[in-house]
Amino acid sequence: MNSVFVYCEIEGTTVADVSIELLTKGRKLANTLGVQLECICAGSGLEGVEKQVMKYGVDKVHVFDAEGLFPYTSNPHTALVVNLFKEEEPQICLMGATVIGRDLGPRVSSALFSGLTADCTELEIGDFEMTVGKGADGKPMKKHYEDQLLQIRPAFGGNIVATIVNPEHRPQMATVRSGVMKAEVLDENYKGEVIRHDVAKYVPETEYVVKVIDRHVEAAKNNLKGAPIIVAGGYGMGSKENFDMLFDLAKVIHAEVGASRAAVDAGFCAHDLQIGQTGVTVRPKVYIACGISGAIQHVAGMKESGIIISINNDENAPINAIADYIINGTVEEVVPKLIKYYKKNSK
Amino acid sequence: MKIVVLAKQVPDTRNVGPDAMTPEGTVNRAALPAVFNPEDLNALEQALRLKEQFPGSTISVVTMGLPKSAEVIREALYRGADAGYVVTDRCLGGADTLATSYTLSQAIRKIGDFDIILGGRQAIDGDTAQVGPQIAEKLGLTQVTYAEEILSVDPENKKIVIKRHIDGGVETVEAPLPLVVTVNGSAAPCRPRNAKRVMKYKNATAAAERTPATAEKYAALIAKKPFLDITQWGAADIDADPAQIGKAGSPTNVKAVQNIVFKAKDSRTMTSSDADVEGLIIELLNEKIIG
Repeated sequence: MNSVFVYCEIEGTTVADVSIELLTKGRKLANTLGVQLECICAGSGLEGVEKQVMKYGVDKVHVFDAEGLFPYTSNPHTALVVNLFKEEEPQICLMGATVIGRDLGPRVSSALFSGLTADCTELEIGDFEMTVGKGADGKPMKKHYEDQLLQIRPAFGGNIVATIVNPEHRPQMATVRSGVMKAEVLDENYKGEVIRHDVAKYVPETEYVVKVIDRHVEAAKNNLKGAPIIVAGGYGMGSKENFDMLFDLAKVIHAEVGASRAAVDAGFCAHDLQIGQTGVTVRPKVYIACGISGAIQHVAGMKESGIIISINNDENAPINAIADYIINGTVEEVVPKLIKYYKKNSK
Repeated sequence: MKIVVLAKQVPDTRNVGPDAMTPEGTVNRAALPAVFNPEDLNALEQALRLKEQFPGSTISVVTMGLPKSAEVIREALYRGADAGYVVTDRCLGGADTLATSYTLSQAIRKIGDFDIILGGRQAIDGDTAQVGPQIAEKLGLTQVTYAEEILSVDPENKKIVIKRHIDGGVETVEAPLPLVVTVNGSAAPCRPRNAKRVMKYKNATAAAERTPATAEKYAALIAKKPFLDITQWGAADIDADPAQIGKAGSPTNVKAVQNIVFKAKDSRTMTSSDADVEGLIIELLNEKIIG
């Protein structure tokens, strides 16, 4: 009854990392609520897909296996999720804040008239009171809500953090970026149920309207998510030429290069280097922030770093408040010195 | 072809200055300039290219917002759009993405005849990317999100081929017309204003922008040139269900807003001198933090 659902994204026949991370989060939410965790796996050739997900604590795996469900297109996946949800009436549905999740989530929420919060950085269960209009006496009327999903996300260019709730509509839907939640195997031998659905009952033939005629997926060019050391540049790098110094530093100290959104928007580097709420979330041992002021959206993607070193000529830069080491100086001056003294002392 | 472009006027959150937040921790909207949502401009460019390719096409731009959001309509007219619609009404305030998409879908229904609806992938004040797909769902259309380029259109057979981004790659899809397409910021940038069109449309206004002092002047202009009257619709004009607009039509509620103050850590501050930088490197190496 009123389970927590995770929509599992599938590339080929492999469940995406982000979906696995959400299964772990979903398991915790389901435990708090005392309900079951269920997931949807939709694609082609999915025999045995449950082996990839069950161990994260899934009680029911809903498998939709049919030609035409991979590669993903909007309408068939919307139809199967919406029709399944009409039967199952979940209270929570989590999806990756990926191209697929951000294509599917809004369509499902529109069809079910349920609230959807994009790019959450934290999800919790909680109680609260909210004003729901005015009473007969003209005074605000409060209503108490229990066991609600609190959807927490930075908003407004990262200047505020908002907690979003949708108390009157189900399911409560949220998307979360890859790397924000942590995947943990619950039990290698976890016993859940596998339900193989008749796809035609959920997806009318007329829904297969978009044809994928060509498709190229490349493995990620960088290894930001797994890197032990990250050198990241912000708008304060000043130019593409200056930003390129970070690649030199990274090469010397065996690090990966990342960037803030401002640096990406300014054209200093490629989009896939972006760290933060709308980019990659990282947890390196060492994070060297070069000319990054530290908007909340950026910090949301790197605050779990072990040691944070901030190089900034603005001593009041917000990022300095979470830094372990602060170097007051310009990046032009400090970055070459880091390279020089690392080479000198690392023998 | 009949093309609809969705545009939003947004506070420019890309260049947030120190005065963007009030001391109470709320957003100081007055300190942020209002701009044409950047990815909506990418969408407009795709529309303008279709119009060039299919002479006789028309581009209608739709926006929902405060009366001053008519500014984005004028901007689109300067760059080549043919008509604009401002949906503005007090009862539309407090809308989340679902109520917004319902309202815009009602406006699009009223415009009626269309082959393609284009919009930016997302707006920079919310970054949700939800309104495009929700409009598609409400109008019973399919969608192509994260579009990079429209490669070809076959109006006769009602087919469109689009290159789009996916996670870690690109794909090319063929979809039926009509549909909703949302365009990425990495798509071709929008062409600049055209000087002749600026002259033609600089006095174009929506009724809500006109004050008692200027009403007479604009009425005289519109009498001569009807295209200077930007169509303005309220909730009643688009036959909107009161339960689906504004706050009532919004399942999501903002429970709390917090201005984030980072907790200060124990930190060491140093200068950029050679001695300080070398000292730090030696310390990090000795403690096996790097190296």
